[in-house]
Amino acid sequence: MSEAVIQARGLGRQFGPVVALRDVTLDVPRSAIFGLLGPNGSGKSTLIRMLCAVLRPTAGSARVLGIDVRQDPEAIKRRIGYMSQKFSLYADLTVGENLAFYGRIYGLSRERQARRVQAVCDLTGVGPFLDRLAGALSGGWKQRLALACALIHEPEVLFLDEPTAGIDPVARRDLWDLLFALAHRGVTMFVTTHYMDEAERCTHVGYVYLGRLIALGTPDELKRSDEVTPPGTRRYELTCPDPPAALAAARAAPAVRDATLFGNTVHVLADGSLSPERLLEQLVPDGAGAALRPIEPALEDVFVALSRAQAARGAA
Amino acid sequence: MSGFLAILLKEFAHIRRGKTTIVFTFVVPALQLTIFGYAIDVTIDNIPLAVLDLDGRQDSRAFIEAMVNTRAFTVRERLQDFGGLRRALSAGRVKAGVIIPANYSERLLRGERAEVQVLVDGSDSQVATTAVNTVSLLATQMSVARGQALNERMQAAAARDPAGRQAFPVDVRPRLLYNPDLESSHFFVPGLIAIILQLVLVFLTSFSIVKEREQGTLEQLFVTPVGRAGLLFGKLLPYALMAFGELLIVLVLMVGVFHVPIQGSLPLLLVLCGLFIVTGLGLGLLISTIAVTQIQSLQLAFLLMMPSVLLSGFMFPRSEMPLPIYLIGAVLPVTYFIEILRGIILRQAETADLLPSIGALGLCCAVILALSMTRFRKQLD
Repeated sequence: MSEAVIQARGLGRQFGPVVALRDVTLDVPRSAIFGLLGPNGSGKSTLIRMLCAVLRPTAGSARVLGIDVRQDPEAIKRRIGYMSQKFSLYADLTVGENLAFYGRIYGLSRERQARRVQAVCDLTGVGPFLDRLAGALSGGWKQRLALACALIHEPEVLFLDEPTAGIDPVARRDLWDLLFALAHRGVTMFVTTHYMDEAERCTHVGYVYLGRLIALGTPDELKRSDEVTPPGTRRYELTCPDPPAALAAARAAPAVRDATLFGNTVHVLADGSLSPERLLEQLVPDGAGAALRPIEPALEDVFVALSRAQAARGAA
Repeated sequence: MSGFLAILLKEFAHIRRGKTTIVFTFVVPALQLTIFGYAIDVTIDNIPLAVLDLDGRQDSRAFIEAMVNTRAFTVRERLQDFGGLRRALSAGRVKAGVIIPANYSERLLRGERAEVQVLVDGSDSQVATTAVNTVSLLATQMSVARGQALNERMQAAAARDPAGRQAFPVDVRPRLLYNPDLESSHFFVPGLIAIILQLVLVFLTSFSIVKEREQGTLEQLFVTPVGRAGLLFGKLLPYALMAFGELLIVLVLMVGVFHVPIQGSLPLLLVLCGLFIVTGLGLGLLISTIAVTQIQSLQLAFLLMMPSVLLSGFMFPRSEMPLPIYLIGAVLPVTYFIEILRGIILRQAETADLLPSIGALGLCCAVILALSMTRFRKQLD
């Protein structure tokens, strides 16, 4: 068993008196797609910047590709790719010039550069636009170009910081198809995102809340965890004409541990001893147009449950 | 220095693509030098004058003629009453008015004191000073001439020249060095070169760095193996080269169009210009470490330009300034660069003559570079 590609042990970072991130321990195996979730300001960017060897940790340690981020940041930078939510391209340079620039930055030889430009063009499809100004591309194509630039030097690990923010759904799906293709070739990916559907596609997910990594595992592991679905409870989806009223009723019902609105439905975590019929009676007394069906927790349920538990611990 | 070449080539691609940079560097300074070089002319002549001549005889006409002959005045209006004169002044049609009393000729003839009143609009102090000095000198000369004529009749003289003619007892002979024709352009054009060079340097460098931060590309570069030195030199060198090209253009204009020859050593001039260019790049870098947006960098650059124009000695002599203002000028590198330029171009100054200015400019350069590099480094961490 080879060493994990990304490895953090008790990693933390303080900015003056403010602790942005504390005690993060995680392993990301080769070819994994690791999804990092969490609210804005929770410490996601701090973590990704430390793993990219841009920001020095103030506690613990991290190794990327076996290299310590503190000891040889430059060696790490040569072997990773990074793509941010802003698609940091030079708008007044052409697609080809942007690719050539990043190729030179990584010191690619002339032949390797030509080969790599061809390869990333084949992968991302930006080939036909080589002579177009990057600023003239649409959002989805800018994102593809940014990915192409991040891949020009064949990185073994790719860090993506909210790569799909502000992109239309089709482009978003296309990007994820590209990421899967890359993972298949052995590239390890570390992605931050706000989208639950994207998190569901990851092989591993972590959830950062208030500077702590409070959940870590495969999506299935997390859904099955006791903290999300405690022993003796069951999760239901309630469909009814007036979900807000049902939510209030659910929160008042003694048998209900937790209830959250999900679009037009209410997700309810209730004692397993209570039959679905009795539960429905308590939630929607007249019963008209209401239905209850048992469900598996979605990742969103997982993160809601874990955030609430963490906030309760923090308040206690 | 890793990544230096990549950044350098990219920066030249930006410059090639964005035509405004080239225009701003090469065309605008040439235009500025030409326009401002002609516009800034502090020799004041042809001050509009209103005449109220109540005497109207030969002596009074001779006085007016003498005033016009100084070339400081030009007669705009001839009026009949005092009210008309006041209105011409308050309306701003004239800057000065001369009133010759009705008994001017009689009093001169009788050997009495003849009083001529001159009213001067004091709102423009430079014009007013010139007007007052000119009429005072004129009155003195005319009085002396009358005195000498009287002496001649009495066979007396305060002093005589070797030919036996009357002469001034004290003979002061001013000789103008370096700029014998007192051309304003000789004084202003070298200073203008310094101001324009600083303008171009500070704007170009601060813009190019702040733009990269604003776009987020700077953040992207930190994740690559580009070294700090490679990043810094790759970004600054193109602008240093552009500024040097611009300098050569304005120097050629100075010599060719304004006929201000370079009296001193050209190599010395270029070397010291190089020192100032490095200082200017440092200033641009410093601004880029303070400003977050391009708008802010624009504001900061303007904040720097105002004192550079007004307090550096470019427009007004610094020796006249109150101490606190004088000290502001003392921390501006352009102050010393203007002294160096005027020294070499006009006075044929050599290295030894300029040592204080060179030392001060070097010190400014070192401090600015140290400060800006430290701040730039910190922001990368």
